Amino acid sequence: MSWKLFNLLLEASLMTIFVSTISILIGLVLAILLSAANLSGIRPLQWFSKFFISFFRGTPLLVQLLLLYNLLPVIGVQIPSLVTAIIGLSICTAAYQAENLRGGFEGVPTGLVESADMAGFTPVQTFFHIRVPIALRLTLPALINEAILILKASSLVSVVGLIELTRMAQNLVASTFMPLEIYASAGLIYLVINLVVATAGRQLERRLPGVGSK
Amino acid sequence: MSDNAISVQHLVKRFGTTTVLDDISLEIPRGQVSCLIGPSGSGKSTLLRCMAFLEEATDGSIFIEGSPLGFVYDGAGKRQRQSANDLRKVRSQIGMVFQQFNLWPHMTALGNVSAALRRVRKMGKAEAEEKAMLQLRKVGLENRAGHYPSQLSGGQQQRVAIARSLALEPKIMLFDEPTSALDPELTGEVLNVMRGLASEGMTMVVVTHEIGFAATVGNQISFLDHGKLLFTDAPSKVFAKPRHPRLEQFLDTYLDRGASTLI
Repeated sequence: MSWKLFNLLLEASLMTIFVSTISILIGLVLAILLSAANLSGIRPLQWFSKFFISFFRGTPLLVQLLLLYNLLPVIGVQIPSLVTAIIGLSICTAAYQAENLRGGFEGVPTGLVESADMAGFTPVQTFFHIRVPIALRLTLPALINEAILILKASSLVSVVGLIELTRMAQNLVASTFMPLEIYASAGLIYLVINLVVATAGRQLERRLPGVGSK
Repeated sequence: MSDNAISVQHLVKRFGTTTVLDDISLEIPRGQVSCLIGPSGSGKSTLLRCMAFLEEATDGSIFIEGSPLGFVYDGAGKRQRQSANDLRKVRSQIGMVFQQFNLWPHMTALGNVSAALRRVRKMGKAEAEEKAMLQLRKVGLENRAGHYPSQLSGGQQQRVAIARSLALEPKIMLFDEPTSALDPELTGEVLNVMRGLASEGMTMVVVTHEIGFAATVGNQISFLDHGKLLFTDAPSKVFAKPRHPRLEQFLDTYLDRGASTLI
């Protein structure tokens, strides 16, 4: 296999990294909002949050992406496949991250919220300044895990017409008939990316001051 | 306005069918140290937490500097929850120190002390941190400002927690067994800070097992047992013989532990 082919894979992997990173970050923001809805004590918001989470956890990402891809033109929305891919991945990972965060929010000691109450924080301030940072720290390992899952699941977005690492590999195989070399290279690139993410995650865990760390 | 910082009137607290506080009435005089003592499960911590509205009383009322806390009575004499804003306003006069310190683990000591100054009092970062440093200096921890709670000893954490409360300039400080989570060596440094506060004339309510502290620093001592307030009096009277039989029994457990020199 030539360097030229490998470089094409590397270039396509940039798309994988880009789509995944954006989706994970948007998903995290959505997950925090879903958690806020859950903690708000407002029934309709809680129902929405629960429904959202069970729907997007309960259906395959591939089905969600195909549904989104076919639904958008029907309702008159014309957007590039890159945006479709990001929307699909973000919504799906939001459901998983929200479920991860739920455990984190439950793990925030009551006393820390009481001391915020006594300091005069409003519930919204307590949520963003106390609950969220602590919940994020408690769930960091699970969130890193989710990031790795999304990096791999991003291979599915090729169905909405985006050329990322897996799709590029398939295209190259179709024109070069070297499936072993090309798929092995693609796998290797995924592995390297995820090793970097896992290592960075562990560094972050160690460095973040607070819950359970020195 | 009366001379009392806190007025507790006919307070009742029930958890299900268990009565934890049974018709408690207590006046906390301004500028004095009031200690709540009694065996575990006597309701002293619950009473203190009611004074901060961290527990909702089942019946009765509490006034902080003359203002009702937590509940208000409407025209028809019906008890209703106070609005969140009003509650915050009344609470802003109270500082609370917890047994478990409850410092926010993701903030440095300085961050803990300055957070509410910035978020609640809307001060700029520089001003808030300057005020926070002042408080940290007061508890002798200015050289630990950049440390996170996990890097501090229990005694240091509790002193930061005291500084955090003081930064908001409360009129009343509530202490919920502030030294119970500390070993004896660290207890001293926290009690010293509290003695300093008392000498400055801070109104303090202290739930404590430190009978020595209650006897020497307290101006009034209330003894609770099984949810009932048995008596409130000056330490000289409380500890003078003959003592209330239930208190005698309670103090015996301390004497057993060799604390006779303190009492």
